Amino acid sequence: MKAAAFAYARATSVGNAIALLVEHGERAKVLSGGQSLMPAMNLRLLAPELLVDIGALDELRGVTVRDGLLSMGALTRHADLQKSPEIAVHAPLLVAAAAHIAHPAIRNRGTIGGSLAHADPASELPACMIALDATIVVYGPDGERRIPSEDFFTGIYETRLSAEELLIAVELPLARVNFAHFFDEFARRRGDFAMVGLAARAIVEGDRLAGFRPVFFGVGDRPMRVSAAAGLLDTVVTPDLLSQALRALDDELDPPEDQQASGEMRRHLAKILFARCVAQLLTRPELNAGWA
Amino acid sequence: MTAVLSISLDVNGERVETRVFPRTNLADFLREQLKLAGTHVGCEHGVCGACTVRVNGEIVRSCLMLAVQADGTSVETIEGLSDSGEISDLQNAFRERNALQCGFCTPAMLMAAQDLLKDEAEPDRARIREHLSGNYCRCTGYQAIVDAVEATARARKGRRP
Repeated sequence: MKAAAFAYARATSVGNAIALLVEHGERAKVLSGGQSLMPAMNLRLLAPELLVDIGALDELRGVTVRDGLLSMGALTRHADLQKSPEIAVHAPLLVAAAAHIAHPAIRNRGTIGGSLAHADPASELPACMIALDATIVVYGPDGERRIPSEDFFTGIYETRLSAEELLIAVELPLARVNFAHFFDEFARRRGDFAMVGLAARAIVEGDRLAGFRPVFFGVGDRPMRVSAAAGLLDTVVTPDLLSQALRALDDELDPPEDQQASGEMRRHLAKILFARCVAQLLTRPELNAGWA
Repeated sequence: MTAVLSISLDVNGERVETRVFPRTNLADFLREQLKLAGTHVGCEHGVCGACTVRVNGEIVRSCLMLAVQADGTSVETIEGLSDSGEISDLQNAFRERNALQCGFCTPAMLMAAQDLLKDEAEPDRARIREHLSGNYCRCTGYQAIVDAVEATARARKGRRP
């Protein structure tokens, strides 16, 4: 189908975008890359009266490293995640994840700000941001707000961003020498929405996990950081300990059923990913035996 | 403000200055206003890939981009790639290997394949499949398409000094 008629405004600055959002409130939508918004409008799931196009705001572009933080403008595209030397060094998890986001033509338009503000529970980047302990920077009529990524996502397509605010950047602590990451997902076809996915960042000290932030997506109404990993910290992980963690994960997850997979199938796939993740982070492939 | 907006862009190397409604997407603009009907419209929500075109040298879904967002850009469609001869070897390989039947997906399939081949000299079959994963073909089963892209990559590599 075609989108319903709407008015279009090309924002000339962040301040101008906010002024338009304040004036039009819920009747307006922010257009970034449009790779989620346009399908929703073409399917008539959304019919905003005004699109505020932020695509020309150069102040929302670019990746910088400063004061121990990696800052990425909201208009950073998925394709940029795959090409940026700064991101490859300081947030390699995002490079791994970007390869799973849709297809090349969509990665050339879709932006990180758009993906995070859209908050599809099956999308990759929200989970990655929580795994990386990112801060979401938003700007509104009262100035800037900084929201921990773990608090940002509140439900299906719901975040703490108000209709008068714009997501302007994401900040991440820089990767350290003993950081390790894991990203994988199961989808019916390359680039499709994941049935289940897992993004994780760990701090590896010798043969132990000194820190571990595994975050699942596609298993609920928002990305889910699981506590099942707690028993694996600061100890030598044995097959028994891993089995215990997998049982805890089983109790913790209550994934939904849809046309792609049953809840039981998602639960099963989540356990496979978790075992793979632990084995890969500790470089101990034998831990994954029997699960792969 | 639903009124028409002025845009100015290059399409296949020719300057186009015109007016569009905000709701007109780039695919419909190319097909209906410019009569460049080689860009196909399938699903209209970014899944089938039939509307793939190049904007500023990068492939995009023209059903998920508004014509007004193309203001100031350089757009290339299958007509442009075809006329310039850029993909004549790829087109021949598609024909020789029966990599098309109905042809609906073909313009966009060629766009996506050329996007891979211009950056990578020797993509393996898995890499080709991955890069074409966003383009549906309901006729061929994909094998012949992957064959044609692989054969073109090899032939181009052989021609390089």
